Amino acid sequence: MTHRGSRVLRVGSLSRVEGEGALHLKVRGTAVEEARLRIYEPPRFFEAFLRGRAHTEPPDITARVCGICPVAYQLSACAAIEDACGVTVDRSVRDLRRLLYCGEWIESQALHIYLLHAPDFLGRDGAVDLARTHRAHVERGLRLKQAGNAILELLGGRAIHPVNVRVGGFHRAPDPTALRPLAEQLRRAADDAWETVRWVAGFDFPDARIDADLFALAAPDTYAVEGGVPTVLRPDGTTTAFPLSTFSDHVREEHLPHSTALHSRLDGRRHLTGPLARFAVSGRRLSPTALQAAREAGLGDPREGVECRNPFRSILVRAVEVVYAVDEALRIIDGYERPARAFADVPPRAGVGHGATEAPRGLLYHRYALDADGTVTDAVLVPPTAQNQGAIEEDLRRLAEAALAEGALDDHALTHLCERAIRNHDPCISCATHFLDLTVDRG
Amino acid sequence: MTGSAPSAARVPTLAVFKLASCDGCQLTLLDCEDELLTLAGKVEIAHFLEASSRVRPGPYDLTLVEGSVTTAADAQRIQEIRAQSRFLVTIGACATAGGVQALRNFADVEEFTRTVYARPDYIDTLATSTPVAAHVDVDFELRGCPIDRRQLLEVVTAFLTGRKPDVPNHSVCFECKRRGTVCVTVAHGTPCLGPVTHAGCGAICPAYGRGCYGCFGPSGSVNLPALIPLLRRDGMDDRDTRRFLRTFNAAAFAGIKEET
Repeated sequence: MTHRGSRVLRVGSLSRVEGEGALHLKVRGTAVEEARLRIYEPPRFFEAFLRGRAHTEPPDITARVCGICPVAYQLSACAAIEDACGVTVDRSVRDLRRLLYCGEWIESQALHIYLLHAPDFLGRDGAVDLARTHRAHVERGLRLKQAGNAILELLGGRAIHPVNVRVGGFHRAPDPTALRPLAEQLRRAADDAWETVRWVAGFDFPDARIDADLFALAAPDTYAVEGGVPTVLRPDGTTTAFPLSTFSDHVREEHLPHSTALHSRLDGRRHLTGPLARFAVSGRRLSPTALQAAREAGLGDPREGVECRNPFRSILVRAVEVVYAVDEALRIIDGYERPARAFADVPPRAGVGHGATEAPRGLLYHRYALDADGTVTDAVLVPPTAQNQGAIEEDLRRLAEAALAEGALDDHALTHLCERAIRNHDPCISCATHFLDLTVDRG
Repeated sequence: MTGSAPSAARVPTLAVFKLASCDGCQLTLLDCEDELLTLAGKVEIAHFLEASSRVRPGPYDLTLVEGSVTTAADAQRIQEIRAQSRFLVTIGACATAGGVQALRNFADVEEFTRTVYARPDYIDTLATSTPVAAHVDVDFELRGCPIDRRQLLEVVTAFLTGRKPDVPNHSVCFECKRRGTVCVTVAHGTPCLGPVTHAGCGAICPAYGRGCYGCFGPSGSVNLPALIPLLRRDGMDDRDTRRFLRTFNAAAFAGIKEET
């Protein structure tokens, strides 16, 4: 136990996260006075320069918010604009969108599991370092990631900022024969995904619990990915849902009284989006293979409505979601018939539209206002990391206090623990399109 | 980027830095799934925050920079990065042309700030988004939004062997011809920036039935006065044409004369 007065720990640049952020922790004795995930990613003004663009443009433009999850941006934008224009796309096009999204889930979750997160559990600096001792595992991770990218490349044209997505659907729907080699690759990926679950299930997980409200989309018959109804699961077990059109009435960015930081609150409470939230809200709707994977991972039986609230174990849920995404991609390919038209016409009209999808790291909401000729007059993007920031900071504070109460932790060990706590949430700081932590240290 | 190969006695060091950007170009390095571990055996990854917590101090033999300069702090940081780098290569449209965030260059940034942020007085930003080469000497610029994986590997390999990267300066039209894609403008009247856009992506958009939207920026010889009447013929008015040219490489295309 240290008996020093207050100490301030800073990590100037967080590693193994997407984008650039910093950590600030102020400790007095065993109390954590302040825990901040600081975002210093420079502002890029997407919401400002989307105004004046045609209603056909946001999918290509907003993809550039994030190179790690461009499909999430493209499909949330499409959903919002189609909503504004009163257009519903056919089932076959919706299936293709879901297939594309499965590619992004596989790619992004494999990247996070193997390259960013697993090194924490094995005491390594990164995947290259990890490959020195666990080469076969890293190769499996890269192979899995490549399978996700193969879907994106075939259906989207390329893995980063796909070109084939348009409002209403796709520029071109693939020929069924072109999907056959992809199915072969995905069948091998199914084995790799299963091995991934087994591998990460053997990791050593510190105890931790997140009490925040869990927030994810829910769909009637399926694990929600490319759409659904915003659903909140409270720690007391109660569930509420609200129409997507009222998103901004529920999720609000607020100035906290004790700081100038913008924090997102859901009905005034801290909330968490992402794999833990999806698993709690929709776990029972996983495929039989993924249900089995969840049980094997030690997550319990999702059909009984289990929750996982330990953020360190989010890697297990991600691994289960990869099993699901591979399974789902194969299901869609097996049933694929080329749609008669690759896209629905989306004639412009004046109105406001809302769209939300499940980015690998959490719920991503878009809203656009259009005028009669389709010009965007207002745009709002609410990314998952912006929503999660409050829950991440609370998580940091509690973990650091628990560790300090247990015994002596030097600055290095405490800092490392906090970095791990942040990486548990796979924050995408580049996505932080319109929030910055503006707190000033007055200590 | 020419010069002698790094000494055989020492493994060259690689650094990756990021300014204002989406992370997609540095992700391209991690998307080299088949080559990543081989590459990691040939260079020492000394600074790559997205991939590793281990950070070695400079100087670095090869530095890749993603992102544009949009804050006073980054304008300073790029000077420090340059001073630590033997070869500095910019990767992507942000670092080579200011990126999509250079749309502010044509607008009132204070108004942008008021639109996006509740407390604009706290926001620290420059009125412009500028490429790295506007601030420091750059040894090679790799284009694209995002960059192409094959071109990235070519640049890194060229550095390792001490030769000039083989990255052609011609337009996307060459790639369409090579790929055997029927011209979308000639056959379907689809507006396409292929004739004025730098090659490198492999002409993906026309292969998917849409016109090129210029994400690799201007090619070596750009004749906008010849292209613009074609865009008009295919249904684009002045406003459409301006938006078409002003997106991911807005600042680069805007610098080119549109009229004869």
